[in-house]
Amino acid sequence: MFGFGKSKKDLPASPASPPVPAQEPVQSGRLLDRLKDRLTRTRANLTEGLARLFTGRYRPISEEVLEEVEERLLLADVGADATTAILTDLRARMKRQALTDTEALYQALRENMLAILAPCTHPLVIPGTIRPFVILLVGVNGSGKTTTVGKLAFRIRQEGLSVVLAAGDTFRAAAVEQLKVWGERNNVPVVAQSRTADSASVIHDAFHAAQSRHLDVVIADTAGRLHTKSGLMEELKKVKRVLAKLEETAPHEVLLVLDATTGQNALIQAEQFHQAMGVTGIVITKLDGTAKGGILFAIAQRLRLPIRFIGVGEGLEDLRVFDAREFVDALIGSDTTSHETPA
Amino acid sequence: MFENLTERLGRTLRTLRGQGRLTEDNIKDTLREVRMALLEADVALPVVRAFIEQIKARAIGQEVMHSLTPGQALIGVVHGELVALMGAANEDLDLTVRPPAVILMAGLQGSGKTSTVAKLARFLRERKKKSVLVASCDIYRPAAIDQLRTLATEVGCGFFPSTPSDRPVEIARNALDHARKHAMDVVIIDTAGRLHIDAEMMQEIKDIHASIHPIETLFVVDSMTGQDAANSAKAFHEALPLTGVIVTKTDGDARGGAALSIRHITGKPIKFLGIGEKTDALEPFHPDRVASRILGMGDVLSLIEEASRTVDHDKAIRMVEKLKKGKGFDLDDLRDQVRQMKKMGGMAWILDKIPGMDSLSQKMKGKVDEKEFVRLEAMINSMTAHERRCPDVIKGSRKRRIAAGSGTQVQDVNRLLKQFQQTQKMMKQMSKRGGLMDMLRSIGK
Repeated sequence: MFGFGKSKKDLPASPASPPVPAQEPVQSGRLLDRLKDRLTRTRANLTEGLARLFTGRYRPISEEVLEEVEERLLLADVGADATTAILTDLRARMKRQALTDTEALYQALRENMLAILAPCTHPLVIPGTIRPFVILLVGVNGSGKTTTVGKLAFRIRQEGLSVVLAAGDTFRAAAVEQLKVWGERNNVPVVAQSRTADSASVIHDAFHAAQSRHLDVVIADTAGRLHTKSGLMEELKKVKRVLAKLEETAPHEVLLVLDATTGQNALIQAEQFHQAMGVTGIVITKLDGTAKGGILFAIAQRLRLPIRFIGVGEGLEDLRVFDAREFVDALIGSDTTSHETPA
Repeated sequence: MFENLTERLGRTLRTLRGQGRLTEDNIKDTLREVRMALLEADVALPVVRAFIEQIKARAIGQEVMHSLTPGQALIGVVHGELVALMGAANEDLDLTVRPPAVILMAGLQGSGKTSTVAKLARFLRERKKKSVLVASCDIYRPAAIDQLRTLATEVGCGFFPSTPSDRPVEIARNALDHARKHAMDVVIIDTAGRLHIDAEMMQEIKDIHASIHPIETLFVVDSMTGQDAANSAKAFHEALPLTGVIVTKTDGDARGGAALSIRHITGKPIKFLGIGEKTDALEPFHPDRVASRILGMGDVLSLIEEASRTVDHDKAIRMVEKLKKGKGFDLDDLRDQVRQMKKMGGMAWILDKIPGMDSLSQKMKGKVDEKEFVRLEAMINSMTAHERRCPDVIKGSRKRRIAAGSGTQVQDVNRLLKQFQQTQKMMKQMSKRGGLMDMLRSIGK
């Protein structure tokens, strides 16, 4: 469905995309395998612990096993609140004698985690009635906004829509140049001004460019900012106000980009950005490392924001639609067959 | 970044105050709280375990019996262990080699390596009077090299050009040759962000390391990192002979547990903290002071050190005296302070250091507009000497004159006067609570 062989060649410096497993199956299966491979790494850590717990699955459950589960959840950055909620439920079931062995415990755990994430599984849909459709990316410094803009442009182009990028990060040195490279890779126009320009003005221009050239989607990058800097958060609100003046419903999607390696602070980030900007979707990046992204559970529980995409690498195609089942299974290792990590 | 941990520990330990003595039971409860607090603060689990064990071992010992109150004793133990955990002393960069001294930066994507290179270059140039050359081996991320070039121009250090078609090892080696030829003191090599499980990329940085023999290999880590900090720190530590750690983005509100974990796992000192977006926002790390801050004791030493660097020593002492007294604090003093603050990196930075201000400062920090200082100074400059000493005489017509003279509105003058009153009040309160000198004494011990 995606032209991977081609896109791979398009990358100027191929080392930019992290090394892929040595033997690659034919194209159609590649993306899935690749994701599986990546998530396996994510999975490996939590699974190692849980696998130990669940070996000889039909063992009676002791309080010790539960404590171990709790610890593992905490280790995955799931957070105190979400962990407590999951554990409380497991304990209640144990009391009702509903959980008799570790296999049942495992299923209950999976159910629990799914129940938290399932309500947040809403893929991004770009309706044909809104043109241009404006997507604004926000987040703290270094979470991966610009890279996500590049990957998102690729994905939306695959859907047959035309895209313009807005270089709204006017603060960081060479952020504009970085976005321009992504524009070239995707063969899409980039609207930019000088480094000292006003972010809102750049995005304003991009909107007009999209309108006059009848382009479908505007993807706007913004400068990374810590959610504690209220001056910078005000600047972000201004971007939103300026867009709303151009088109009442814009921005149509405000994507918060979160780094999976972030700990409990990601929840505060999500709250603050949501309060300031009305976040409509979350992208969680860098899931190709050993970070488990467990903070998504706390965010899902607290804010119930749709989780749109996961980032699993630096290549054009390394942005995937979030799937709760896949995410949970990857985290706690549902199918024992895929436990091994390819060397 | 440590504010929340401070708050949490503060609450936990406060419940111990007023207890007649420490029993095994109430230590247990408190330690559970401490454990949860540390976990919530993103301290890695193995580190938490080790920490709790040490506290337990030390608390249920002689030290408790010798002290005045059990609560104080436990705070002492927790503080001592935090200091021990974070390393005992502030370790400076080691640049004592035949120049050029080579510094290699390593870390995950988005941890802030390139910004830190620029900050470090500026720090070495301005405070250590070194000539610095920077070079980027990041041939992967689009425009990473441009980013460093722009920053190098900004901070006024040398930049060794490279292109994405060069090989990283070659770039590093050539930069070193260049520095040697031009008799530069320090070379800082920026590298691409890499995942610790990416074998190919880890090999690359090992090769870079082997070819340039850096005296300092610094691991740059985001203070917001969660439990994964343990994994990445361990992997980088095993791959490279790290010599130190730089913790970035500490101006956010993350609890900063990652700093503790990394210190514990790598055994390497944290040398600097990144404290903002500008190129001067880098601060030497003082473990004992940060441990004190975790316990709500503020970071007065940093404040004084910074003051003595930008102001002169006498002025710094006088400022502390003034802060201490709160009495006789007039608009002249306020103007002095405004000027000093501007020199020292602004209000937010100072608030951060004052004991008891940590919970408040988070809320205020983002809201402090540094331009406001310019207006403030203009208004004070438009007052007569008498008005500055006795602000009470400033009524309607004087206000109008001051506003006209400083290009502001009467409302602004009113606000200034109100703020001044509040500041005066705050100064008084602080001096009542034992004040800065007490803090200094307790830290000095």
